[in-house]
Amino acid sequence: MRNLAGYLIRRTGWMLLTLWIVYTVSFILMRSVPGNPFSSERTVPAAIERQLRARYNLDAPPIRQYIDYAVGIVTRGDLGWSLRLEDYSVNQVLAEGFPVSASLAIFGLVFAIGLGIPAGVISAVYRGSFADLSMMAAAVLGIAVPNFVLASLAILLFVFGLGWFPAAGWGTFNQIVLPALCLGAPVAAYIARLTRAGMLEVLTREHVRTARAKGLSDQAVILKHVLPGAMLPVVSYLGPATAGVLTGSLVLEKIFALPGMGSHFINAALQRDYTLAMGMVLTYTVILFVMNSIVDISYAVIDPRVKLQ
Amino acid sequence: MSSEPRTLPADTDPPQPSPALSELAEQDRQQTLDRLLEESRQIRGTSLWSDAWRRLKRRRTAMISMIGLIILVLLAVLTPLLPLQSPIDKDLKHRRLLPPELTAVTMGSREGLDFADQSLVAELKRFDAEIAELRQQRDATAAPAERQRINEMIAGRTRVEHPFNQLWNQLGTVSWTMCQMRVAMFGDYAIPSLFGTDKLGRDLLSRVFWGARVSLIVGVVATLVSLVIGVSYGAIAGYVGGWVDAVMMRIVDILYSIPFIFVVIFLITFLGEDSVKAWLQARGIEQITIFYLVIGAIYWLTMSRVVRGQVLSLRHEQFIEAARTIGASPLRIVFRHLVPNVLGVVIVYLTLTIPAVMLFEAFLSFLGLGVAPPDVSWGQLLNDGVEALSSVKLFWWVVVFPGAALAATLFALNFLGDGVRDALDPKMKNRD
Repeated sequence: MRNLAGYLIRRTGWMLLTLWIVYTVSFILMRSVPGNPFSSERTVPAAIERQLRARYNLDAPPIRQYIDYAVGIVTRGDLGWSLRLEDYSVNQVLAEGFPVSASLAIFGLVFAIGLGIPAGVISAVYRGSFADLSMMAAAVLGIAVPNFVLASLAILLFVFGLGWFPAAGWGTFNQIVLPALCLGAPVAAYIARLTRAGMLEVLTREHVRTARAKGLSDQAVILKHVLPGAMLPVVSYLGPATAGVLTGSLVLEKIFALPGMGSHFINAALQRDYTLAMGMVLTYTVILFVMNSIVDISYAVIDPRVKLQ
Repeated sequence: MSSEPRTLPADTDPPQPSPALSELAEQDRQQTLDRLLEESRQIRGTSLWSDAWRRLKRRRTAMISMIGLIILVLLAVLTPLLPLQSPIDKDLKHRRLLPPELTAVTMGSREGLDFADQSLVAELKRFDAEIAELRQQRDATAAPAERQRINEMIAGRTRVEHPFNQLWNQLGTVSWTMCQMRVAMFGDYAIPSLFGTDKLGRDLLSRVFWGARVSLIVGVVATLVSLVIGVSYGAIAGYVGGWVDAVMMRIVDILYSIPFIFVVIFLITFLGEDSVKAWLQARGIEQITIFYLVIGAIYWLTMSRVVRGQVLSLRHEQFIEAARTIGASPLRIVFRHLVPNVLGVVIVYLTLTIPAVMLFEAFLSFLGLGVAPPDVSWGQLLNDGVEALSSVKLFWWVVVFPGAALAATLFALNFLGDGVRDALDPKMKNRD
């Protein structure tokens, strides 16, 4: 743990470098579109267009804009104004969408872990049994079926067929269950497979035999001696899992009409709202970096052999 | 290895008691040598590939998946030959959101098409007759300007009025010929709408088939792009080594930590801008080509890492030294000697990349950012399906059939990928 501070500093350095690259590339793309964001709209009087350009700082030379924008982000955390949503700044959109997306992602991950790990443990302990085979078949299915297909089928079944859940909307617990389940399903499937493989490997180790030999109960052996070792691959998968959940929330927010960051991002892309899209990409980059760092650190905490670098 | 170990005849200290005897021994040795050579010619070594193939054949799920995929590819390639309904002809009056049905359909029977006798065959005949008449007119006139005018007229009418162009979207030359063969074989018959119809009255079965073509092509082309980039990048980084390697791998690290899907969506935002589209079109680049390239360009990272690792472990092997000694250029060493040796790993990643890429295409098309109409892809069909879902009545078929097609394909590809990985993994050799 001594090198934790050094690790964090290095990670932050890399993150800033990555953010700078993303920012620069997006900025160049954004500015290389001929004309300006307002030229394709209905024609406005020249004076008003001048005002608009001044307001969005589009009248400055490109390099000036590049610096101003970056300075705004760094000093004030200000990502600028949305080009399409009237009177919204990018920060406001993020502030509105983030809680929705975050709770959806957290519910999805919790569900994935809560379902995946027990399923993996059970199928490893009762290897070759019917439960094992059926759960692993379900896991393959969960990985192969894209979550938007799953979501559509879930809507058919649970919303229109059985009428258990509302089809869309946000606010109550009932409305979050179905999207979170669909979001977590592929992740749960991966976690179940990783847990099972990890368990099977650890089960053959010497220390497990020792634990059995000294007369520990099955439960104690599995929970205390096998499971922690089997969790290592699962922990390292949580980084990619976060990325998967963030990506998945793009489609699920669309299907279930949730007002999260994902649906804003898609709309921004469809309506060519460059500032909003760029702000979103930067935010997602930060989220992923933070999550990956947390995963790395917890990995090092769990497994003393791993050094942070 | 199928043969038992064999000892060579002892030739370290040949017995030489007398000339005659030594001659005899010489003869004897010659014979042994011949026999050995003969035997060794009989022995068939198992190459890595035949060994892997044998092991793959033993995995039933992988084999079933492979057969299924081969059938799928064949069907997708032969789609224009099959007597399917038109994938783009809308019938808003009579055929909107019909559930799956078994009554056959006559091609060209929709009133709005205004085909002769309400039949594709009759309309084709009529149209061909008209064009033939125009051709005759052209051949009869001597003035070059007039001929030019008639030629343009023929081309224009074919582009707009030809029945094929009304029923299908931008057929290539091959597909065009296949469609002609189909009409010759099946006439006006078309398979009933087994999968129902969508909200614009188009036949879902034929849309799923035509969508398969786009989805599969995206999967294959984008994967090939990622293959070319990943293998060259990884192999060069691994072979050159030193600071070049360090810099190249740092770049990969940075790219890894960028949430690529979001960047791609941003990029597509940019590519969708009208002025950019026009710019690309002026240079004859189709948007869908860019789409392939962009998807392929983000899936090469893992490939390059894996290839680099393999190359690092291979570059000090003797055959590389030998190649260098005889003066092979670095490029030749990389692509002629190193790359073939990492092919096993590459193939494993390839089989796992194809489903990932197809999923990504479906994902983007589903969001409305991928393949644009009138091209069809599975993701786009699902998008249409989900939109139709939120209405009052239960139109299950618009989601279930495209979804099942996509899921089954991804399922099979995943199974095949797992099978290939296990088959090519030497550690798994004696497991089963």
